[in-house]
Amino acid sequence: MLTTVGTILAVGGRHGRHGLRIVALVLLVAAVVAIVLWMRHRRRTGKPSHAEPPLGDQPDLPARSGAGVVSGSDGKPGRRRPRGEENTIEARGLTKHYGEKLAVDDLSFDVRPGSVTGFLGPNGAGKSTTMRMIMGLDAPDRGAVRVHGRSYHDLGWPLREVGALLEADAIHPGRTARAHLWMLARTNHIPRRRVDEVLDLVGLTSVAHQRAGQFSLGMSQRLGIAVALLGDPGVLMFDEPVNGLDTDGIRWVRQLLRRLAGEGRAVFVSSHLMSEMALTADQVVVIGKGRLIAEMPIEEFTTKNSHAYVRVRSPRLGELRSALTRAGGSVADAGDGSIAVRGLSRERVGEVAWNNALLLHELATQSASLEEAFVESTEGDVEFSSASTADTGGKDGDRR
Amino acid sequence: MTTTLDGTAQDAGDRDDRYGFGGILGSEWTKLTTVRSTVWTLLATAVVGIGLGAIVTSAQAARWASRSPVARAAFDPTRSSLAGVLFAQLAIGVLGVLVVSAEYSTGTIRATFSAVPRRPLVLVAKACVFGVVTLVVGEIVSLVAFLIGQGILSGKTPTAVLSDPGVIRAVSGGGLYLLALGLLALGLAWIIRVTAAAISTFVGILFILPIIADVLPSSFTSDISRFLPATIGTVMISAHYHGTDPFGPWTGFALLSAYAALALLVGGVLLVRRDA
Repeated sequence: MLTTVGTILAVGGRHGRHGLRIVALVLLVAAVVAIVLWMRHRRRTGKPSHAEPPLGDQPDLPARSGAGVVSGSDGKPGRRRPRGEENTIEARGLTKHYGEKLAVDDLSFDVRPGSVTGFLGPNGAGKSTTMRMIMGLDAPDRGAVRVHGRSYHDLGWPLREVGALLEADAIHPGRTARAHLWMLARTNHIPRRRVDEVLDLVGLTSVAHQRAGQFSLGMSQRLGIAVALLGDPGVLMFDEPVNGLDTDGIRWVRQLLRRLAGEGRAVFVSSHLMSEMALTADQVVVIGKGRLIAEMPIEEFTTKNSHAYVRVRSPRLGELRSALTRAGGSVADAGDGSIAVRGLSRERVGEVAWNNALLLHELATQSASLEEAFVESTEGDVEFSSASTADTGGKDGDRR
Repeated sequence: MTTTLDGTAQDAGDRDDRYGFGGILGSEWTKLTTVRSTVWTLLATAVVGIGLGAIVTSAQAARWASRSPVARAAFDPTRSSLAGVLFAQLAIGVLGVLVVSAEYSTGTIRATFSAVPRRPLVLVAKACVFGVVTLVVGEIVSLVAFLIGQGILSGKTPTAVLSDPGVIRAVSGGGLYLLALGLLALGLAWIIRVTAAAISTFVGILFILPIIADVLPSSFTSDISRFLPATIGTVMISAHYHGTDPFGPWTGFALLSAYAALALLVGGVLLVRRDA
């Protein structure tokens, strides 16, 4: 190398007095270009110039909610570890800017093994950004996230520890489904027969040799799920997995998620559709505008945020109203000739009516749906109000 | 899950506690060989490299009778037959760009980095696989172009054989030139990431810079033009190395390799710093 440089300089000296100057000029231009690109990058991501301290040095990373922070170092990476408490995602203080826009704001949560954790939020709330940060694809400005007690970058066999469906259509259109899976499998020494297994598992065996460009959105979605399952990992993440699936496909995904959690895996699923999560999730992590709104079991979320009431109908409504008020309930007109009672259980309302010898025509608990609870809890946290309304129909919102 | 990886992980080569370079090389080979653009661009490389060489040598053979003695003395049959290589660089450059930019445009780059979080390994593996393929194809194209060209010139003009001085160097130089330019395109694609912009930049370096160099004051022209790939390439595919040529073939190749290495280095630094 030194002789090469020497030759260049010698030749330069022989053939023209500009030679050395030109070499210097080329190096200078290269340096300027590199600096400009770097500055632009910094401005875009708002990334501080110094590196973040490694997660382990951060004092504020206690195990929360009983989720064990188990070091991955004593386990044998690459081997199948028992699916116990260590299979978790732990996010602590995740913060991410894109330019001036704050996409994720000091977000902390846990994903536990053996359960489906729903990741809920309106479109643009920062769900996908958070998932990319978990996968080490986007670097957080502050905070950190651990998978299996380690940063994603340090995983020994990433595909065998974490499987993810991030974007369903992220496939080269000219590559076949089998080739797409095989090129990923090879990096983590996953045997070829596993490719056929996951193709079979998602029902794509018959089209394994077709180029992915011919796939429908539903088929791409299934291929994305096959990628996630490829390494048989203990942690699974799915970003909006039911998009583009028909009702059969949606039911299939729902069952798959339940089954994966039943096998002891940590399953993390994002959705902007509450009804979907109500049927699938055990836990919910709800975010709005990048901030954590709730992290709790799904029943608790529904109960806490719902305005459950007892619906009563009676031919002697006036007397019943005053009796219930005396018993400590708050009574409101629910329309269509019934009243809504809050602050009293259904049993108590029945007792009050019995004690006052009042006939009831209807006595029912009216619980708010998860949808209502979600709307309630994210009120004011919706980034694009009009856009999110249009988006309830998935990608169709853009179609008009 | 009906089966697990329990038994299979070991026999698949689970000797290490971490994924390694071998698997990534294999993955990059699979990527390169399972898309049609690879076939088309390599085919274009062969057609342009061999076809243009045949056209140039045919023209030389036809005009030989009318050439001046000075022109006849300067005639290099090796260079004439390898002239197509200097245009085949475009096709190789397009492949070099696509190998990277197609991953970004389709989003597969995120799957790639999910499987291999240590991103520079991917850059190096891509450069190795693409480099070997380019070198093999480039050398074959050079050799075939040389043999066909000499066949066309035979009987009409002086011809060269592989054992003549400098001919082996020039013919292998054709493949090495394509290798260096292909890796330069690969490096640019890591920096720019967008197919159209990366190809434009590559074409600009090859064809716009010479024009700019031309319109500058003449004292600058020769000083700048001798650093340009086309000038270096012409020397690399010539059997006769004149002392007046700006850089010798090996110095020129070293310079081209340095360009490619610089582009890959900048691309690698950006790769680590930027979000995927």
